[in-house]
Amino acid sequence: MQEQNTLKRNALSAQIDLSKFNFEDSDFEKATEEEKRQQDVMSESTTFFKDGMKKLMKNPLAVASMIVLVLIIGVIIVAPHVVPYSYSQIISVNGKRDKTAKNLKPFEYSENELAYIEEGGTVFPHIMGTDAQCRDYFIRVVYGTRVSLVVGLFASVLVLIIGLLYGSISGYLGGKVDLIMQRIVDIIYSLPDMLVIILLSVVLNETLTSSLEGTALQSLGVNMISLFIVYGLLYWVGMSRLVRGQILTIKNNEYVLAAKATGAKSARIIRRHIIPNCISVIIISTALQIPSAIFTESYLSFIGLGVQAPMPSLGSLANSAREGLQSYPYKLIFPAVVICLIVLSLNLLGDGLRDAFDPKLKK
Amino acid sequence: MLRYIIKRVLLAIVTIFIIAAITFFTMNAIPGGPFNSEKATSEAVKKALEERYNLDKPVGEQFIIYINNFLHGDLGVSLKTGRSIATVIGESFPISAKLGGMAALVATIAGLILGSIAALKRNTVIDRLIVFITTLFTAVPSFVLATLLLYIFCIVLQWVPVFSATETHYALPVIALALYPMAYITRLTKTSMLDALGQDYVRTANAKGVAGWKVIFKHALRNAVIPVITYVGPMLAYILTGSLVVENIFTIGGLGSKFVSSITNRDYTMIMGTTMFLAILMVTLNLITDIIYSIVDPRIKLD
Repeated sequence: MQEQNTLKRNALSAQIDLSKFNFEDSDFEKATEEEKRQQDVMSESTTFFKDGMKKLMKNPLAVASMIVLVLIIGVIIVAPHVVPYSYSQIISVNGKRDKTAKNLKPFEYSENELAYIEEGGTVFPHIMGTDAQCRDYFIRVVYGTRVSLVVGLFASVLVLIIGLLYGSISGYLGGKVDLIMQRIVDIIYSLPDMLVIILLSVVLNETLTSSLEGTALQSLGVNMISLFIVYGLLYWVGMSRLVRGQILTIKNNEYVLAAKATGAKSARIIRRHIIPNCISVIIISTALQIPSAIFTESYLSFIGLGVQAPMPSLGSLANSAREGLQSYPYKLIFPAVVICLIVLSLNLLGDGLRDAFDPKLKK
Repeated sequence: MLRYIIKRVLLAIVTIFIIAAITFFTMNAIPGGPFNSEKATSEAVKKALEERYNLDKPVGEQFIIYINNFLHGDLGVSLKTGRSIATVIGESFPISAKLGGMAALVATIAGLILGSIAALKRNTVIDRLIVFITTLFTAVPSFVLATLLLYIFCIVLQWVPVFSATETHYALPVIALALYPMAYITRLTKTSMLDALGQDYVRTANAKGVAGWKVIFKHALRNAVIPVITYVGPMLAYILTGSLVVENIFTIGGLGSKFVSSITNRDYTMIMGTTMFLAILMVTLNLITDIIYSIVDPRIKLD
């Protein structure tokens, strides 16, 4: 458009010439309250996280699993402070060891305890009975759950860290580096993981036991450490493949190209575009990793490669329950139900998270 | 196609070699030799024994001898029983293979049927029930399931004898092994079946007036089976590791219970031999599945 006197109207202008209309006051009525309300923003502005949480809360299965998990975690945190028994020691009544408290049924009292109650003393009930070594079974299941959950969580975090680093380097650099890194992943992926875990557990058991003596790690047991080592060595490949795939797709998106075109640096692209876009997928698959780690731990404990006795784990409790299965079936039922509840609710919660935060992933 | 197969075979060979190296060198890292436990052996006898089993040679050379023996089918002898490991595997593997094969078959067939029903009866009570059961089964570890089955059917109901030396009852161990993969296959089949039922060719077949069952079997199910094939490898791996404990619980004298008892006995040569055998089995089965998959679905490539 060329420069013109602002007052003079351009002959080619398409603007409506208001001076040709005759307006009256009635043409400019105030909007009624109802009309104003149409402009109101009915729902609050939402972020990605809030939106996802809202969807998650609408999923009854996911909410139920969350409640179950919170309850379990609450019990395993509180119970050791409330229950006056220890997972490794024989029950004592009135300061004396009670050898009669062997294989009690849930809420049953031993002879000594009954005598003590008659004298006016109070005995904390054995909610799940006692085991063959006169130990309170409830507190053993509580500690077993603690061990299983901590192992699951820790192993998943380990997988997350290694997988994230490896996958993002491989995906972001691309080219020859990516090719070599992916061949390594291929080979690790095809190793039969359970066999390698068993093998390493056996070997590390022999080699590490002496060197660990006296350190804080000893109570955890060599087997758990070898489980972590194996997770660190083998299980990250799935995560690294996922991260790499995510980065490759996001890297080729238009908005990344646009950011590059406007001169954004690599660090900014990673921070602003790549991380926010793949974080939900990564968090969800970490959540789904926990039950598989718990499975592995309980499996290893079951075949005798788990935590060091007297420390219980859900798998080792289930294993020792096999001996007296005929007479004391509840000893199997309690740890078995806890394993199933934890794994089931983590699975359902993971599914719920996936549906809520990343509908693309839904198969 | 040929390129793909060659690539996969090479990868499998490399994998087996790496497993051999891991097994050999980790077992070598265990302090103390196999003959240290014998108290009465004199130095001369010990030396002769070590010479007999090549233990006096450098580790690298021992590894080469080990691989060479292995390729000739010689897995060495068990430290505890003194029997040839190859013979032990040869005796016990058929039992495990029968158990595992039946479990895989049951899981696949039941999974395909249940998955198809769930997809066809979508959003009905039947569908919900199937989804509920399969979700439940994916949360139960095989050893828990096996012990529970043993308790319910052998002790409470007494339908099956607990320990029988004369004849092996396969029903319960097969169920214990098959339920988890069955649940997984059901879920896989349901999603892929739903996907296939929504395809244009199914609509076309329906529009042409092809009989209902024919559409389901010839058009939908045939395409829905493809993703299930990818699960065959992981399924066999699951059944194999699961059979280690399930055989132990049901006292079946297969390779699995031999493996577990060799772990508890610290019978290192036996652990080494069985690991190698199982690893090769798994890698080979995976290789076969991958090749079948690439034949069924030619779009698939390495990567």
